[in-house]
Amino acid sequence: MARKTIRTIPQDRTPMPVQEPKARARNFAEVALGYSEEAALNECERCLLCPDPACVPGCPVHIDIPGFIKKISERDYRGAYDVLTDANLLPAICGRVCPQEDQCEGVCPVGDTLEPVAIGRIERWLGDVAIAKGWSNIPYIEPNGFKVGIIGSGPAGMACAADLAKAGCDVTIYEALHQPGGVLRYGIPDFRLPPGVLDGEYENLKRLGVNIECNTLVGRLFTIEQMIDEMGYQAVFIGTGAGSPKFMDIPGEFLNGVLSANEFLTRCNLMRAGEFPNYDTPLHLGRRAAIIGAGNTAMDAMRVCLRLGVEKVYCIYRRTKAESPARVEEIEHAEEEGIEFHWLTTPVEILDDGNGNVRGMRCLRMELGEPDESGRRRPVPIEGSDFEFEADMIIYAIGTNANPILGQTSKLKLNKWGYIETDESLATSMAGVYAGGDIVTGAATVILAMGAGRKAACSIKAYLGIRDSDRVYLPERSGSEGKIFGIDSEEKNFCRIRVA
Amino acid sequence: MIYLNAKAKSQTYKKIDTLCNPIAGVTTVSAARAANVVRIASLDAGKGDMGDSPEPGRGPDQGPRFEIVAREDFSDATYLLEIRHPMMAKAARPGQFVIVISHENGERIPLTLADFDARKGTITLVVQAVGKTTKQMQRDCQRGTRLFSVVGPMGVPSRVGDAKKVICVGGGLGVAPIFPQARAFKESGAYVVGVVGFRTKDLIFWEDKFKQYCDEFIICTDDGSAGIEGRVTKGIEQAIQKHADIDEVVAIGPPIMMQACAETTRPHNIKTIVSLNPVMVDGTGMCGGCRVKVGERIKFACVDGPEFDAHEVDFGDLMNRLRRFAADEQAAMARWSETCRMAGQLTAVDPSSQERA
Repeated sequence: MARKTIRTIPQDRTPMPVQEPKARARNFAEVALGYSEEAALNECERCLLCPDPACVPGCPVHIDIPGFIKKISERDYRGAYDVLTDANLLPAICGRVCPQEDQCEGVCPVGDTLEPVAIGRIERWLGDVAIAKGWSNIPYIEPNGFKVGIIGSGPAGMACAADLAKAGCDVTIYEALHQPGGVLRYGIPDFRLPPGVLDGEYENLKRLGVNIECNTLVGRLFTIEQMIDEMGYQAVFIGTGAGSPKFMDIPGEFLNGVLSANEFLTRCNLMRAGEFPNYDTPLHLGRRAAIIGAGNTAMDAMRVCLRLGVEKVYCIYRRTKAESPARVEEIEHAEEEGIEFHWLTTPVEILDDGNGNVRGMRCLRMELGEPDESGRRRPVPIEGSDFEFEADMIIYAIGTNANPILGQTSKLKLNKWGYIETDESLATSMAGVYAGGDIVTGAATVILAMGAGRKAACSIKAYLGIRDSDRVYLPERSGSEGKIFGIDSEEKNFCRIRVA
Repeated sequence: MIYLNAKAKSQTYKKIDTLCNPIAGVTTVSAARAANVVRIASLDAGKGDMGDSPEPGRGPDQGPRFEIVAREDFSDATYLLEIRHPMMAKAARPGQFVIVISHENGERIPLTLADFDARKGTITLVVQAVGKTTKQMQRDCQRGTRLFSVVGPMGVPSRVGDAKKVICVGGGLGVAPIFPQARAFKESGAYVVGVVGFRTKDLIFWEDKFKQYCDEFIICTDDGSAGIEGRVTKGIEQAIQKHADIDEVVAIGPPIMMQACAETTRPHNIKTIVSLNPVMVDGTGMCGGCRVKVGERIKFACVDGPEFDAHEVDFGDLMNRLRRFAADEQAAMARWSETCRMAGQLTAVDPSSQERA
């Protein structure tokens, strides 16, 4: 086959079929319907299969992107899945929620002249095929006798658990809520990540032998010290996420009708408050909702509001669309669905209706000034530009602080913001205790948390003296390929972790 | 301890392995085998130490999770549930609470621990049937049944040990949760005055249990049918009159009662602690629904509390926020009563149709 060039590949990005904005703004079915086989194959054609790919280092977990795309083009879907899951346990999730435009797709050379290859969409398609066909890559695992405890069942914990279980450790994940998944369960709504997809990925984790214990608040039910001293864990990974919502400390924040996006989304996603009273958790939806912030969480909250029947949904953000941290696709979808965006606007007061409920909000217009330390231009208020509008529900989606529980209950060293301090290898101040994800870095993305989880798994293996081989573990369906270091490869667990 | 020795040994093995044979994979297997021995040893040690398996909620006898092992009804609205949860029974401290989900579609409700017994491996909750969930629990939570989820203990435990003379005040639904505090103060060597308030004589419970740990015990009833006639604040006044050297007052009950207690002790400048009960979802500091204003600052009751300095708490704000879901609660209650009534009627006509109702 002649080498593909930028001229020979399909010029246009294969479009993603989506639900009509009008219809979808009233239902919880997924917005992006996903590629068909033809669409996926067509999009794979657009990949130049660069010999020195930029997308692989662009991915926080270093998926061999050209590798799996090539396999798809050869119609070896199972082979493609093997390549993909070698680095990423949760393709169906990451294909949906990763900010690909800032990662793999952002550095794709095709993007220099045309639209970049839709790597995320291909990944999602492959992940969905795997769930539909029931594929999972369960390697031959010989228990190595090490017991590792993982705190938090979100993306960081899941990724760490998978790698350690593949290495033969006896892994138990502890989750404080009554269902596993962390932010993937309570934070991301159904139309972006259907619960069935999450359950599918968890099934794979269980097949690797990972135990998941819900309803367990580590720190209070037992401490990290107890896990190591009394419960027989040789190592512990902390992936509890950041999670403690920020407020702005403006007047009126305590009125009824003001809530954090975390609370709103938890009520809707985890507790199914949208189906009240068939589910017992109430929500008390307003008619006009204003969401403060313009990140992915804000987009999720706004779009859930619409779907539950809120008439008017406003987005209040003090910077412009260009500075918004949300995925481009999410903003586009939100705009199409009829969310009213107020860029360069900052709230100054929430107004009382006289009965302790929200009546509206007073805001100030802003303009962009000099760049600040983050490189983004700092918004400056315009004098006398304040205005009021009516709203009966205000949702804060302006980020999170560190959760204090593990800091309160252990001797872990924290930094000045309350996040756990770690070294390069993600080791904390306690021997054998590692941490990664939002609880170390502050709020970030699902894939970065997964990357941290994998890195911590690698460090934990080094700490426990579990040796990695450069050989890819052998999936159950392929036979033995001989011996390494004189040991039959069936005898020992082979897994490959790339250290970031 | 066997466990420590074994652990040390395995670490030595590991060190030798890494030192002597940096490339071979074979030796890691031996290290792993050694570690396996450690694991078994440590598990056994763990069993001996903790008196239960590492799985939360499951006892040494592997009983079902969150099983209700005992129930007692104090009145037509107040009932006690004793729940099997050996790990929590061991970890719980006075002042902490749990979050309970009674059934699969249920809501998460915070309940302050009324008692815990590490020896028996159980925790005790005293519940007042006021809304849909608690009424449904009153009907369904019988001995031998199990709750869908119990998680905890949550919140910062009470500070016990500094005070030499304390008044422990419980009113209404706060009577039971004040008990562990009274006991802990007594065990720490303090002189404990218990003050509890009920509407009337028939509602009184745990009198003997309290008397076991209280040096003085004052019962207040609204109608004067037992003890002092009047509110708990009258009992507090009486205790303060008698003892000039009260170090601390701890009060648990409805917000209006806690506010009254705070106002009673404020002129005397006695340190007063209250346990707040705002609306909560996760109970782990994640949702911010339980935020309360304490000394003009935002605090999350679930992780910063639930106990705060009563003289700093903005009770007006707390009471307003407790009304947040009033309409929804009423709707749920009405719907549930209706469903129960319909189910009753249908059962009378045709027992098989109960499910549809």
